[in-house]
Amino acid sequence: MISATTRPRLASKARLRFDRKSTRYMLLYPEKGLELNETAADILKLCTGEHSLAEIVDQLSRKYGRDAPDVERDVVAFLQTMADRGLVQDAP
Amino acid sequence: MTEASRPYTLIAELTYRCPLRCVYCSNPLDYATHGEELDTDTWLRVFREAEDLGVVQLNLTGGEPLVRDDLEALITGARGLDLYTNLITSGIPLRRDRLERFRALGLDNVQISIQDVRAADSDRVAGVRAFDRKLEVAGWVKALGFPLTLNVVLHRANLDRVADVIALAERLGADRLELANTQYLGWALLNRSALLPTREQLERARAVAAEARQRLRGRMEVLFVVPDYYRDVPPACMDGWGRRFLLVSPDGLALPCHAAHTLPGLTFDNVKDRPLAEIWELSGGFNAFRGEAWMPEPCRSCDRRVVDFGGCRCQAFQLTGRAQATDPVCGLSPDHQLIEAARAAAIAPPEVTFRYRAPTVTAPQALG
Repeated sequence: MISATTRPRLASKARLRFDRKSTRYMLLYPEKGLELNETAADILKLCTGEHSLAEIVDQLSRKYGRDAPDVERDVVAFLQTMADRGLVQDAP
Repeated sequence: MTEASRPYTLIAELTYRCPLRCVYCSNPLDYATHGEELDTDTWLRVFREAEDLGVVQLNLTGGEPLVRDDLEALITGARGLDLYTNLITSGIPLRRDRLERFRALGLDNVQISIQDVRAADSDRVAGVRAFDRKLEVAGWVKALGFPLTLNVVLHRANLDRVADVIALAERLGADRLELANTQYLGWALLNRSALLPTREQLERARAVAAEARQRLRGRMEVLFVVPDYYRDVPPACMDGWGRRFLLVSPDGLALPCHAAHTLPGLTFDNVKDRPLAEIWELSGGFNAFRGEAWMPEPCRSCDRRVVDFGGCRCQAFQLTGRAQATDPVCGLSPDHQLIEAARAAAIAPPEVTFRYRAPTVTAPQALG
């Protein structure tokens, strides 16, 4: 489960790659890939296992000029979906 | 060219050679008559041209890719292009130090196939003694920090053991489990009466897999691929002909799928003769089944034509003799009785023996 103390990182099978054709980031994993919008890419770029959820929310709310609680709700929902798909994990 | 703007995945069939002789092998029946394998430099050029076209995923497969002694150079080249590089292997022949080198070179994922959960049953399908070694290799994959995909091709002789397969995958720490039912083309079509399950078997296994998918959510991805023969409508084979996938055969033919060159009347180009981008856009074979102009009825006026793209061309040809026919899997196909007859025969199949491909690599110990 994603919580405030989670330090999310990409699963070992998942890798971010910038795609020249679509000029977007993709999250690649075995046999599949997700084309990411800018927000999703910004979140996943911070999923290195070094930043806590709170830090990620803080960075993104400043970048987008939005209230932290709103950003947190979106980030948690997105990361939970990714965790359910086995693409994001809580760093040990 | 219509909608097919870019391929996402390159399937590099590095060789048709393989120590295994699986009775559902996806290589063409006439694999032994194909020409010389591409050399290292040609493959590296193909990777560059593919990446330039938009490819982001690379599957290194075969046959058995490990029999190529230039796999290190190919992985290095692929990762230099930032391709997501997946080694699709039987795990044989492999030494741990070679796998360690692959890890250091940046190989992204290792997919190992097993044929069943017990050595005797697995080896009977593979045609060689390989099972125990495969489990050892799977252990190395995880110990070295690779993500592991476990692939098990399902059929009537192992479908009832899907729960055991899942338990084994958990024990091995697999990140992804592909429970892929046999599709009845090529070698598998030759062995169909020994492999095709009953609907009841399939439904029981599907329920077990669905339960596991829920239980293991977030830890292990569980994929269950239904055989086309038990669908009412065909799936989009390869996501549509020449839309997302580009396959290069061991001798250099650029193809939309692994069996496209077995279809009569189509021309496919060799990567040795023509740049990949030109082949992708212009080759007759790639354009033959793009779009809708080639479609017969009932596909042409069907709402699903934009979903399934008419199904599998190779299946249509192998069952009806006409590559442009509606996939007989579809309930609307005039040839659908071919599928119904096969399903009926599966309820009480005759005693059959497997037909194996001949050994192409000095095998550990061939069976049968």
